[in-house]
Amino acid sequence: MALDLIKGSLLHSTLNGDRRSLGKLISKIESGYRPDIPPTNTWTLGVTGPPGVGKSTLIGTLTSEWLKKGEKVAILAVDPSSPKSGGALLGDRMRMKGIDSSESVYVRSIATRNHPGGLAHSLAPMVDLLSAAGWTRIIIETVGSGQSQIRIIAFTDRILLVEGPDMGDIIQAEKAGILELADIVAINKSDIPSSHATFNSIKYSLDMNKNSNTDVHLVSAVTGEGISSLIYSIEACQHTDVNNILRTKERLLSAWDSRLLSHPSLNDILIELDDGMMTFEQAVDLICKLGH
Amino acid sequence: MKSMRIVIAKPGLDGHDRGAKVITRILRDAGHEVIYTGIRKTPDEINRIVMDEDADALGLSSLSGAHQVLIPKICQKLKDSDMNDIVVFAGGIIPEKDHDNLFNSGVRAIFGPGTYSHVITDFLSEVENRKNKSLPVGVGEGKGWRWI
Repeated sequence: MALDLIKGSLLHSTLNGDRRSLGKLISKIESGYRPDIPPTNTWTLGVTGPPGVGKSTLIGTLTSEWLKKGEKVAILAVDPSSPKSGGALLGDRMRMKGIDSSESVYVRSIATRNHPGGLAHSLAPMVDLLSAAGWTRIIIETVGSGQSQIRIIAFTDRILLVEGPDMGDIIQAEKAGILELADIVAINKSDIPSSHATFNSIKYSLDMNKNSNTDVHLVSAVTGEGISSLIYSIEACQHTDVNNILRTKERLLSAWDSRLLSHPSLNDILIELDDGMMTFEQAVDLICKLGH
Repeated sequence: MKSMRIVIAKPGLDGHDRGAKVITRILRDAGHEVIYTGIRKTPDEINRIVMDEDADALGLSSLSGAHQVLIPKICQKLKDSDMNDIVVFAGGIIPEKDHDNLFNSGVRAIFGPGTYSHVITDFLSEVENRKNKSLPVGVGEGKGWRWI
């Protein structure tokens, strides 16, 4: 720690509130650097859900509420990189109303760089850094239509799943096993009548599981309906042991992915697999044997 | 080409963002990480977005006629915030006679209607070349070079 905390270092100036240093240090963490961050009690919320349900808009509305309560809100908005060009279009912040006009909001757009397992690994130190720098509400947003996206946020203290009025999405969420991992579900766009049916069906589905104590809310990020009770639910959230085990499993998978994808022999193994010189079972055995 | 983080911003009261969105798409397809701010951002907001996102470059789109006021203001704010290395380029409806004023503020390229997409990516490649040679490209670095 001593070396990192030297006066004038990026970490030192970040912890003293310099935003330019914070931005630069997050970039360094993104490319693999791990600063020695003094530990703090972090507060994190993971937000996921299918595209277009209003995650970013809802985060904007929640942020305004937290700002009124004097919290400092940091948002890490994760979007996928294009598998073809490697580029990314990061447009979450344009949906978050009012975030650009307050000193107490930090929004950082993050591209997955086609490395979801590795991303989970760098998000955790980013959260530690933000917390140490005085950010009291840290939100991580990811587009989720499958488990690899939830894996990214499995390390957060609480997970909010956002759904829209389209019934198809709920079935998708159940299929993907996202529903069981969420602590809180918010059906957004309550101003659209069909959202009520979605709310009822998702509530019914969760009630069938006796062990589930997932809160379901019907909200509108635009009109503000249901927002205060959603905030209450988020603040009071304590996740269950069942959820903890499930999430620990996701984190283990993410660590596994990361180890696999950064393995020095990965390319050679891929070529041998492609040429049919090796079976997938043999490849896994080889990777386990080679270690790291 | 090295991937850059680029903020595309719409300053002031200007809702015409088709061009900005097309540029965003072109840059993404060229392998860059592009952050689009949405419309009607103030110079202070744009300055903070560039800082928070740790961007390498800022593209400003203006079709409202306010470029002579807003763009120099944003360039000045970047310099005041010690972000001299940010590469600033502009696009939209910017008459020829206003170009010198913007170049003098630190803008390195101005792209008007009809610009081919490869011209913009060529500009960014040249920026990278110059960076590698430690030649000035940022908004607050030595004047002189501009993309023509």
